[in-house]
Amino acid sequence: MEQILANGVYLGSQYAMIALGLTLIFALMNVLNFAHGQMYVIGGFVTYTFYGQLGVPFVLALLMSCISLAILGALIEKFLFAPVIKGSKREESTMLLAAGIAFLLDALILLIFGEKQRGVPKIIDGVFNWDFRVIMPYDRILICVLAILSIICFICFMQYSKTGRALRALAQDRTAAQLMGVNVDRYSMIGFALGAMLAGLVGGLLVTITGINLGMGGPTSIKAFMMVMIGGAGVISGAIAGGIILGFMEAIGLAVLSQYGDITYLLIFVSLMIFLAIRPQGLMGKPWG
Amino acid sequence: MENITKRQLFNVGLFLFSIFIAVPLIISATGRWDFYFTLTSVALLAIASAGVWLTFYIGRINIGQGAFALIGAYVSAILVVKGGISFWISLPAAGIFAAIVAIFIGMLVLRLRGVYFAMITLVLTQVVTLTALALPITNGAKGISSIPLPSGVSLFGIPILPDFATMANTKLAFYYTACILMVLTYAALYRLVNSRLGHLCRSMQQNEELASSIGVNIAHIRIVIFAISSFFGGIGGAMFGSIAQSVYPSSFQVADSVNFMLNCFLGGLGYVFGPMLGTLVLYFGWDLLFELGKYQMLVYSIILIAVIRFLPNGLLSLQFGKGARK
Repeated sequence: MEQILANGVYLGSQYAMIALGLTLIFALMNVLNFAHGQMYVIGGFVTYTFYGQLGVPFVLALLMSCISLAILGALIEKFLFAPVIKGSKREESTMLLAAGIAFLLDALILLIFGEKQRGVPKIIDGVFNWDFRVIMPYDRILICVLAILSIICFICFMQYSKTGRALRALAQDRTAAQLMGVNVDRYSMIGFALGAMLAGLVGGLLVTITGINLGMGGPTSIKAFMMVMIGGAGVISGAIAGGIILGFMEAIGLAVLSQYGDITYLLIFVSLMIFLAIRPQGLMGKPWG
Repeated sequence: MENITKRQLFNVGLFLFSIFIAVPLIISATGRWDFYFTLTSVALLAIASAGVWLTFYIGRINIGQGAFALIGAYVSAILVVKGGISFWISLPAAGIFAAIVAIFIGMLVLRLRGVYFAMITLVLTQVVTLTALALPITNGAKGISSIPLPSGVSLFGIPILPDFATMANTKLAFYYTACILMVLTYAALYRLVNSRLGHLCRSMQQNEELASSIGVNIAHIRIVIFAISSFFGGIGGAMFGSIAQSVYPSSFQVADSVNFMLNCFLGGLGYVFGPMLGTLVLYFGWDLLFELGKYQMLVYSIILIAVIRFLPNGLLSLQFGKGARK
């Protein structure tokens, strides 16, 4: 039981970070970023290249992941999303664009990094073992702590910095924020870059444990969608709650249901559907976010 | 229905002529037999895309059509292989089964709107794929292969449909079958859009609360529409499985669901024949780029992004402007 809880915390902290980036972008621009999983994969590959191949210290490699993804996100927002949002009659066009970008990033990953599964050497060796009740490798604990730390940093940044305040204003009401003197175009770009950066950060963290490959992008996006739906779209606390809940459900499901085959996700989905039928906006979302 | 002009009639005639007579003639003249498979796929994908378009007609973005196509493909394959039933009975059965599943799922999720509905349908696709991997009846990752070709049908001793297995040219037969199905689907869609139900759907697309307040039974209509949409998905998937003679959990994936949505958006959501055009352009574009090898995906996605960037309202918005808007 303790093992399941520990696994749940570990999975939940990572999932929460993935969901945070997605929900941030959604709150700011009302864009459902299909390419979020692909950004996560790119982040993983950047860390792999710098840490695994060039021998740069892990923290620096992680920083490179963040920077490159932030730049990528900013460029995508500036040259693709912003003009399309301005030019289209329906807001659904952005969804189409996001799907196109997901395909593009998949193609780029395939061309640049190849389709092989990549892994990096462990950061620290050894396994934490508490009386055979909780067994967890040290590097997983480290990654888990780092993930929780970055979530706390992100929340503090959103709460207390000027940029964070502007972003929150933008998420609440675009027009009102503009009237209060927030540079909407600029902060949309910053917000998108920040969301992409979070995806890159998780990718960089997780490459040390699960490795990275091309096919991980799509399923990651799907999981992120589920978390966002559980917690409520566009709400930061909701994304964290959704991530932790999905992490625990998966950990429990894999432990309890393993003898019945791979039906954990079917059960999670059915319960999600019933939950959404009762509470369509998720745990903490605004109605029809 | 009464306002069909001579010009529209002419266009429909031209369209039917070109797909049933001109295309086979051109293909036999040029010898590009592989185009049959491409065009058959286009016709079948267009059927599934028509379903997605219909759900958009009530203001829902459906990215779950791949799930229903997969369900349809499996139902048909299981009925034919394990039940020994004729394909022509399993085809509507697949559609109806997909529709029943859609009714149950729809009752729960159709209350959701906008991105919420889009997200849950996308998750549905993934879940159906995973379920197909896990269940014993679907044979897991191995899938169901070597499905027999559709057998002949005869009524009171009079053959109506020939046995596909004895035919010299199954590609042509499948092409005709797929085209007939596609024409029927779009005729039904056109009829539906121009019926009372279509008007009610349009009112829901614009404002559900308002429609509800003037007495439209929105809960009923959205389930009916979702069921019809999934019926199309099931039919398309079942036919696809029969042509490929195999079904795997990976036959229809998340990417396919997204593609169905892209077909609709690209063709233009305001037009009944939009999804058909979108499917043709996207699938043919993908096929033509095959010679680029590993750059296929890159070029394809760049073109796709460029189209959305510069024509955010769909391909058909180029041609007609506001004239043919429904």
